[in-house]
Amino acid sequence: MGKNFIISLKNVTLSFNGHTVLKNFNLDIKNGDFVTLLGSSGCGKTTTLRLIGGFVQPDSGEIFFDGKNVTNLPAHKREVNTIFQNYALFPHLNVYENIAFGMRLQKKSEPEINKQVKKMLKMVSLSGFENRNITSLSGGQQQRVAIARALVNKPKVLLLDEPLGALDLKLRKDMQTELKKIQQQMGITFIFVTHDQEEALSMSDTVVVMDKGSIQQIGSPQDIYNEPQNAFVANFIGESNIIDGVMCKDYIVKFAGRKFDCLDSGFSKMENVDVVIRPEDIEVTSPEKGHISGTVTSVTFKGVHYEIIVDIDGFKWMIQSTENQQPGDIIGLILQPDDIHIMKKSEHSGEYGDYSAFSDEMYKVYEEKQHPKKRKAGVKK
Amino acid sequence: MKLKSPSLLYIIWMIIFTIIPMILVLFFAFTDNSGNFTFDNILNVGRYSSIFLRSIGLGGVSTIVCLALGYPLAYIISKIQVKSQSIIIMLIMLPMWMNFLLRTYAWMTILENNGLLNKLFSIFGIPPISLINTSWAVVLGMVYNFLPYMVLPIYSAISKIDKRIVEAAQDLGAGRRKVFSKVLLPLSVPGVISGITMVFVPAVSTFIISKMLGGGSNILIGDLIEMQFLGSTYNPHLGSAISFILMILILISIGIMNQFDDSDEVAINTNYR
Repeated sequence: MGKNFIISLKNVTLSFNGHTVLKNFNLDIKNGDFVTLLGSSGCGKTTTLRLIGGFVQPDSGEIFFDGKNVTNLPAHKREVNTIFQNYALFPHLNVYENIAFGMRLQKKSEPEINKQVKKMLKMVSLSGFENRNITSLSGGQQQRVAIARALVNKPKVLLLDEPLGALDLKLRKDMQTELKKIQQQMGITFIFVTHDQEEALSMSDTVVVMDKGSIQQIGSPQDIYNEPQNAFVANFIGESNIIDGVMCKDYIVKFAGRKFDCLDSGFSKMENVDVVIRPEDIEVTSPEKGHISGTVTSVTFKGVHYEIIVDIDGFKWMIQSTENQQPGDIIGLILQPDDIHIMKKSEHSGEYGDYSAFSDEMYKVYEEKQHPKKRKAGVKK
Repeated sequence: MKLKSPSLLYIIWMIIFTIIPMILVLFFAFTDNSGNFTFDNILNVGRYSSIFLRSIGLGGVSTIVCLALGYPLAYIISKIQVKSQSIIIMLIMLPMWMNFLLRTYAWMTILENNGLLNKLFSIFGIPPISLINTSWAVVLGMVYNFLPYMVLPIYSAISKIDKRIVEAAQDLGAGRRKVFSKVLLPLSVPGVISGITMVFVPAVSTFIISKMLGGGSNILIGDLIEMQFLGSTYNPHLGSAISFILMILILISIGIMNQFDDSDEVAINTNYR
């Protein structure tokens, strides 16, 4: 279809054992982009990657690569390479032979292979590791070999399936920067799968937020964070207070018992909406000066800031502030128009956004103890 | 001391049932009837070199046949549905739970001159073929009895290979044949080696198969040893000497096999220099 799309998925549907993993899935990926598929486990992000890699075939729909239909092309004939979650290095081959594997299949000459392998090893800072056994390498080093093994074949698209999941935090940050650098150097398309929203925001040009086999939002990291399209995205990316509101008219929204100025328009009059307010955007002041006020119920020190939970008419808000508060204090909150983001109501409305239980996990534990059979439902008043 | 006591039990066990019998075999092998030290027994073993050669030859042929039949079987089993895999493995092991003697007897009745097979031939007008008491009958008996020992280790080696490693090979451009020759085959070598060892060692030292299916002209080392202890030519000193030489030969062949495993890796490592 579009000439500048390197990969297009058209109406792809796929199910395993009667369970639909992807339904009518459409995705276009621009050449040279760093695209991240973001979602929790089971959302279909890895399956999407495997479809592109050729390891699974869709039940219906088509996959295009560089304008050509590759739906039925087996994995070994596709011009994409993959970095697998557990690296999947060949344990019977040393570092050199792992990297040379693809070129040997292409029957490249020995001097050419030698040159390319050396170049790749230098790029991933593993020069001198040629003869090392795979099992003698650390996780980070194995990761680098996997990157070199995939990139040495000069694929047009590199698929990365949660490649940093097994690394510790410090190493993960380093590899994030390094991967981004490599991608910019080589100018090839990266399709990166992760469940880590921070990773997605810091590395990508485009983020695709997925849930239950369908796309919730596609956009730049800034768009995804600042302009979430629904409650799922708002909740999944960062922390959010999601409050029921009513659009009185353009630029005026009513929630928490009063009207606020906002920057959103185009809703019908008196339309019910979801209002998103990021915890770090809320300014804390004295009760008299605030637009709204409430009682502090708990405070957690997080290093950079304090996480303060405030009860405002029974709805628990989360605030991130550099100033400490005491539980029991009454504080006021100031909300500027650009702190308020309005979303249309969606199927996800009411599922997220209240901090009554302080965290989802805590809530689940509590819920299972109290009502073992009841699934987590909306916790809004 | 408390920590050591459980291992002590095993050490005592090994001394009684491994070390002392070994010493006894050695003692018998290097002494004569009156208990004097002698090399005669060992030197006499040389007279039976043709039997040694036949044992190693038939054991080797059986091992090769087992490998040729067992590897594809193990590979195919590892490819089918996991549920069916366990059923087929069960079916392969089932005959092993039947008495060894009984299984070999069954082959006798099949291969006899007026046995089942020749009766079947006569229905189609084929004249009776002498099947039993040939070296081929011995090989058949060995293959039948020892095939599971080849299939199981190879199957477990192949099924242990991470599926994602196969996918990685496909991802890098390997078609079905290349995936097999460059990934599955080299990664299943340890299974092949233990399969070969587990078939070759019992095949070389068996005596009941050759006795029942091979007749008098296919005596193997096992039969020879049996004769020295239970037969008319009672001579435990010679029997021990033969056992000792056989053990040395088996140790050498296992050593060669393991060497092959290691050298394989070295060859890959030095490939590009």
